[in-house]
Amino acid sequence: MRHTISLLVENKFGVLARISNLFSGKGYNLDSICVGETETPELSRMTIMTSGDDMVIEQIIKQLNRLINVIKVTDLTFDEHVNRELALIKLSCTASMRNSIIQIVEIFQAKIVDISPRTLTIEVTGGHKKVEACINMLQPFGIREIARTGTTALKREYSGSSPDWSAARASA
Amino acid sequence: MPTVKDQKPKRKKRPEINPLLDKKVLTGSEVMIRSLIEEDVDFIFGYPGGVVIPVFDKIYNVSRPKLVLCRHEQGAQHMADGYARASGRPGVCLVTSGPAATNLVTGIATSYMDSIPVVHFTGQVATTAIGNDAFQEVDIIGITRPITKHSYLVRNVEDLAATIKEAFYIATTGRPGPVLIDMPKDVLLSECEFEYPEEADMPGYKPTRHGHVQQIKKAAEAMAGARRPVFYVGGGAVLSDCSQELTKIARKAKIPVTTTLLGLGAFPENDPLSLGMLGMHGTWYSNMAVNEADLVIAVGSRYDDRVTGKVDAFAAKAGHIHIDVDPASISKNIKVDYPIVGDCRSVLQKMLPMVKKSDTAEWLKLIGHWKESHPLKYDDDGTVIKPQYVIEKIHEVCGDDTVVVSDVGQHQMWTALHYNFVKPRTHITSGGLGTMGFGFPAAIGAALSGPKGKVVAIVGDGGFQMTCQEVATAVSQRLEVIVCILNNGFLGMVRQWQELFFGKRYSHTCLEYTNPDFVKLVEAYGAKGLRVTKREDVVPTLREAAGTRNMPVFIDFRTYRHENVFPMIPPGKMATDIIE
Repeated sequence: MRHTISLLVENKFGVLARISNLFSGKGYNLDSICVGETETPELSRMTIMTSGDDMVIEQIIKQLNRLINVIKVTDLTFDEHVNRELALIKLSCTASMRNSIIQIVEIFQAKIVDISPRTLTIEVTGGHKKVEACINMLQPFGIREIARTGTTALKREYSGSSPDWSAARASA
Repeated sequence: MPTVKDQKPKRKKRPEINPLLDKKVLTGSEVMIRSLIEEDVDFIFGYPGGVVIPVFDKIYNVSRPKLVLCRHEQGAQHMADGYARASGRPGVCLVTSGPAATNLVTGIATSYMDSIPVVHFTGQVATTAIGNDAFQEVDIIGITRPITKHSYLVRNVEDLAATIKEAFYIATTGRPGPVLIDMPKDVLLSECEFEYPEEADMPGYKPTRHGHVQQIKKAAEAMAGARRPVFYVGGGAVLSDCSQELTKIARKAKIPVTTTLLGLGAFPENDPLSLGMLGMHGTWYSNMAVNEADLVIAVGSRYDDRVTGKVDAFAAKAGHIHIDVDPASISKNIKVDYPIVGDCRSVLQKMLPMVKKSDTAEWLKLIGHWKESHPLKYDDDGTVIKPQYVIEKIHEVCGDDTVVVSDVGQHQMWTALHYNFVKPRTHITSGGLGTMGFGFPAAIGAALSGPKGKVVAIVGDGGFQMTCQEVATAVSQRLEVIVCILNNGFLGMVRQWQELFFGKRYSHTCLEYTNPDFVKLVEAYGAKGLRVTKREDVVPTLREAAGTRNMPVFIDFRTYRHENVFPMIPPGKMATDIIE
């Protein structure tokens, strides 16, 4: 099963290498890894997409926790969370094709970020499946190049049950 | 969360600081030595070289820590490792960059597999040269990343003292392990104000020390309810020094105890509840006990493949309690019913008052019957020197307090089976990695740690030759180490496998015609060499060695060549497949 694991790590030299080493050394799957600074410059957040049975995932989380530079490990898979991926897609595109491409771009709420007489570059963000779907729809037009980020994710605070607005008001 | 109290109690008296180092502004090299003094380090095992000359220049003036000059960096690492295993204090290693650093690798992996606290200092080329393929440059941080608990490249001299503090804290707490500090040359030469931090505080490192009380209670209840319980005790029990607690609980609850190779000594083997060693070359009755048990209580062990054999068949009828300081060891190979994360000693201390006597009379009777019908034995017609016989006599001559360091191979298993260890930290061996060449240098480290008894290394003729240049170190330190070479002219363990599983095709395992004359070899270094070819000379020669002062003694025992290690569970098989 595919799991989304969120890590809070120290923003230090070699941390990414330690984490990727762990995955390669122990033979765990690593589908994607996405890293960036957080609100605190000393810390980075990493989102890892991986897969395995329950025992493997449990080991992955425990092994990540063992790393000295890893501060917090959260498996977001079973929590409500927002996840996003970004893809840049460069298409072969002549003037005559533009309109049909723009239609697809609008459906996916994507953006055109670069244009030339023979190409068009599209930026699409969303969940992993949406980005896949967008790429599939654009495939027939002739994709020249794709650059994709991994998935990045944050836990949702409001998960659908009745929120405690009074507490929110009081804190405001 | 560890509090300051959990960290090792500081020695009351302020360590004596050499006047040359007792100043406010220090160079990186001086910071390093000062920090080691603050950590109360008494020995550094090392070898000089290009970029660490500044450190060796400072060591020149200092009497403590004392530098022990090895003859190969791998030897230095094994010595630091043996020192740590025998004493419970972290070992320290100092070598230069490049080839010296890579020479440590086998040793670091050895310490990592057996969770031994060793802090390694390696030199590195100047920060400006890093990455340029400079002379003797190697990315040792990258090379050792999978075999260290943590590692540091120090880029600013201001960070050096805090890094050393953290390194010692990481190495010795939680599940212990090796830590490496890489020190570029310019960092060793630049200056800063010295201040040694009181404690290490890392946001991502908070080892759990105390087990969860409710879990411990549940485990104690399960133990009271079990009819066929058995303790399965590993190296973690030795590392956490919990033998006393373990022994009390086992005796109070009347639960038999089997140990792994690294757990030997954690429970006295002369106790009727002891089943000896478990696993591939374990005793018949220990393997059968675990096979028939209804509850396995794992203490500081990790369900290693040499213990379990075929994992699905291991203790298949049993529930599992697993006490370990490392959460990642729990439910790694076998799903555990009562996981308890915490230091073994702390957990067992809490468990002791909760333990009730289990109703194990029937169980112990059955085990007693097994011990009689399938005893640990070897054939001995009294004409040849059987290796097992030598090992029994070593115990007889040298006594219970002797620290026995074995190398890797057949003799290691015979030592584990036939020595009868009764005290913790008296058995040292490379269990996880199985590093040939470990035994002799580790014995040097153990001897320097000042153990109560003698230090005896039991090695094979193959393994000894991997690190025999350290005879020079043992001679220079005037160590009274006794090295027993069980010389059968074979790489015996591999030969045994070839005999049993490869149709007696002895490919490259016979050393007989190319082995050196070990007596002459050690005499060339200035050590004492003795040879035993007759059975009746075994004891008198051991006595002579035990009486020799101020120098190491090496005994070349010409043992029976074709002896095999039994019992044996073939790899990947289960307890009931055991060959006696």
